[in-house]
Amino acid sequence: MQGFVHSIETGGMTDGPGIRYVVFLSGCPLRCLYCHNPDTWNMGSGEPTTVSELIKDVKKYKNFHKVSGGGLTISGGEPLLQSKFLLELLKAAKAEGIHTALDTSGYAKPEIVAEILDYTDLILLDIKSINPKIYSDLTGVEISPTLNTLEQARKKGVDVWIRYVLVPGITDNTEDIQALADHLRPYPNIKRIQVLPFHKMGEHKWEALGLGYKLHQTQPPTEKSLQSTRKTLLNAD
Amino acid sequence: MYKKEENFVKAWEGFNEGAWMVEVNVRDFIQKNLLPYHGDDAFLRPATQRTLKLWDEISELVKEETEKGILDVETKKPSAINTFGAGYINRDLEQIVGLQTDAPLKRGIMPNGGIRVINSALNYYGYKLDPDTDEIYNKYRKTHNEGVFDVYTDEMRAARSSGIITGLPDAYGRGRIIGDYRRVALYGTTFLIADKQAELCNEEPPSMFEETMRLREELSEQIRALKQLEEMGKGYGFDISRPAQNAKEAIQWLYFGYLAAIKQTDGAAMSLGRVSTFLDAYIQRDLARGTLTEDEAQELIDHFTMKLRIVRFLRTNEYNQLFSGDPAWVTEVIGGMSECGRTLVTKTSYRVLHTLYNLGAAPEPNLTVVWSQNLPENFKKYCAKCSIDTSSIQYENDDLMRPYWGDDYSIACCVSAMRTGKQLQFFGARANLVKALTYAINGGRDEITGKQVGPEFAPCTGEYLDYEEVSRKFEQTMDWLARLYINTLSVIHYMHDKYNYESMMLALHDKHILRTQACGIAGLSIVADSLSAMKHAKVRTIRNADGLVVDYEIEGEYPAFGNNDEEVDKIASDVVKSFMTKLAKQPTYRNSVPTLSVLTITSNVVYGRVTGATPDGRKAGAPFAPGANPMHGRDVKGAVASLASVAKLPYTHSQDGISYTFSIVPKALGKTEKEREANLVGLMDGYFAEGGHHININVFDRETLLDAMEHPEKYPQLTVRVSGYAVNFIKLTKEQQMDIIERTLFERF
Repeated sequence: MQGFVHSIETGGMTDGPGIRYVVFLSGCPLRCLYCHNPDTWNMGSGEPTTVSELIKDVKKYKNFHKVSGGGLTISGGEPLLQSKFLLELLKAAKAEGIHTALDTSGYAKPEIVAEILDYTDLILLDIKSINPKIYSDLTGVEISPTLNTLEQARKKGVDVWIRYVLVPGITDNTEDIQALADHLRPYPNIKRIQVLPFHKMGEHKWEALGLGYKLHQTQPPTEKSLQSTRKTLLNAD
Repeated sequence: MYKKEENFVKAWEGFNEGAWMVEVNVRDFIQKNLLPYHGDDAFLRPATQRTLKLWDEISELVKEETEKGILDVETKKPSAINTFGAGYINRDLEQIVGLQTDAPLKRGIMPNGGIRVINSALNYYGYKLDPDTDEIYNKYRKTHNEGVFDVYTDEMRAARSSGIITGLPDAYGRGRIIGDYRRVALYGTTFLIADKQAELCNEEPPSMFEETMRLREELSEQIRALKQLEEMGKGYGFDISRPAQNAKEAIQWLYFGYLAAIKQTDGAAMSLGRVSTFLDAYIQRDLARGTLTEDEAQELIDHFTMKLRIVRFLRTNEYNQLFSGDPAWVTEVIGGMSECGRTLVTKTSYRVLHTLYNLGAAPEPNLTVVWSQNLPENFKKYCAKCSIDTSSIQYENDDLMRPYWGDDYSIACCVSAMRTGKQLQFFGARANLVKALTYAINGGRDEITGKQVGPEFAPCTGEYLDYEEVSRKFEQTMDWLARLYINTLSVIHYMHDKYNYESMMLALHDKHILRTQACGIAGLSIVADSLSAMKHAKVRTIRNADGLVVDYEIEGEYPAFGNNDEEVDKIASDVVKSFMTKLAKQPTYRNSVPTLSVLTITSNVVYGRVTGATPDGRKAGAPFAPGANPMHGRDVKGAVASLASVAKLPYTHSQDGISYTFSIVPKALGKTEKEREANLVGLMDGYFAEGGHHININVFDRETLLDAMEHPEKYPQLTVRVSGYAVNFIKLTKEQQMDIIERTLFERF
């Protein structure tokens, strides 16, 4: 089974526990205004790669994964877009006893997510905003699939790390942040909530691709604003 | 016999008995008196007021030195063990005393290596050698450098000046010899002199061949040095003829041994050895007796470390270009496991690392943790924390080295393991294998000058390079190079033994020692990538009017070293194995055993400058990657793939060490402090489990380095690890600073 791979990072240490082999799959249905990897949007830009090639390569790092409690993280793009390939890859990884994490926006049909979750140890779930209007303005898609993914993960007992990007003027509204905190509170499977500061390191990629970068004027959040957001969200669990 | 003498009874009281009491056997002493420590760093104490005040005074002097280049230098009397009387920084504060000359940071001159380099170094810093001294070394006393050039052949001179063999210790001290300084503390000089006299043995030998005479002369020189050492101790008011009786004396005695060595010899690398766990036995005994507190123990280690931080040698400008930042390679081995499975980590392993906090980060001493999968977890974490905070530690694979060198080896310079007091190496700098490759393509002609340096054989004449043809010619070039290289080193070390013998360090060795002929290679990743480019892509040659290939154009893509790609990684390993095999065939001086290192230190920049364009796409003059590192920016699969590629290089064929420099931004190691520590431990456990030999760990942001280039005054202690040692970043040349900033800095997060 073949999929389209944008790139490989063998030394990922921020995308799940321990040292991670991170596969970036190409293709994404979202068009987030602050995306720092717009070069991964187009699925065709990836390198055709088979499941067995990838698994063979991941296994080369078993010493590193074993000693650090790491494993395989599949990111993107939006990995759920290549759902069949993703499922095969996760199945194969689990068959090899490799810890699997999925770095996703959760945007996919419920039946697809259900199957994927059976072979996923950890979901790194990006929630761009809890406010449906802001969510769709920011990403170009609806919020409901994301929340549904979170719900399914609870039902199946899959651990979740929530990621929230703080963008001044867009996602730093205190009411929205409180609403998100309230929404997340009933989920015992959420093991971690990470608040990440907006940064413009991807801006040059937008320019290189001839795309208009709309957040040109937006500055990274202040340390104070990050702290207060963390406080609100972390008290949620 | 000694057991019953009062001095020995007193000094050894409370230690566990063993063979070490009747023969020089420091390892046995350590094994019998080792107290492994599995706890954490909570016991460590901050610097005392005395320490802080003394360090302030030293820092002021160092600041002045940084501004002036050197603080002061002796211009008349050559440095020997007792050229200078006692010298102090601040006698009221110093708990451990002894300076190389009569004033702190004042450099001595050691003309036995060569008088021209002394003149050139002095002139560079605005000093002038005393005319009488100059005359003596020009007219009456021959030097090592003169001896070497009396014997060098035309081919050796040509290879040396083209830079295919380079960095040779033919005009400076070879170093890479480590006295077992612990012996001075454990036994005192009376015992050691008696031991050497027994080795000299005045029985009539069956015949007086050159070898016998040389050995007898050397042993006599060693005895003389031990007597001078004893004299030096007296000058400071200490009787080191007897063994040390407590921790303070043990550190002082041991340091005197080292001090005598660096007064006599200005070797390129003057390692300390493996002293912390040895000293722990003394500290432990004093703590148990109630004669020492933890604060005092840390103070002793801090004061000893301050002395090691101000070791200085006079170097020429050319030398600084190669090895900048004033390195002395005061390498100290910390940790490891003993052969019976107990860890050699003690509380003093922690105390030595803790100097990085009490005194701040520093390049010297060159702290080298020998890593085992079985090191106590607490210690692993503490090391990771120190690396993240200070970038001042290098790591080497104890599990890999122990089967070769036992559990009491030290590290000479950066990566070269040797059994302490039982082994030395003849330092051989390195061959530029990249040039060997361009010579293979150009029929033995230098790609920059066009001169016929290597043997004249048929050059590659096709428009495109043929992998098979180039590989074959590269093998032939390496055959020639291996012979020439070893012959050159024989000349150097014969003359070094003759005119610049290191009697103090050798006095702290056994009579019969293993000598290795330590060769080295530079530019391995370029050679591997070049061959991979020929194999997997098309490499078009670009020739000058003379037909010499001076540039290359690559059509297509090729797998590069550093991506854990089997094919190209095998090319790199095969090159190491092939060159080592050729070296091993050569007859050597004093039957030394040839070994190989993949190490460049900071000289990767200078080697690059003297090397033309290469078939991997590297432009003429561009720096090499340091040591065994993949080329900048070509390791595109991330940090771990890069580590895995380097770990494959065969230590069996490169027993002098394989150096890898790893730089990462803090954020890429993880989100929290604990995660970063755990992940760094994981990276090292993984790398060493894969068979990696050495790794420098740097944890810093690009912005910090850029800021330090702009405002050096803000970063007097910013330390950066480069292939095998550490330097003060602000002491590097601009070119080297840029090289470090542009070098692959893993920063994905």
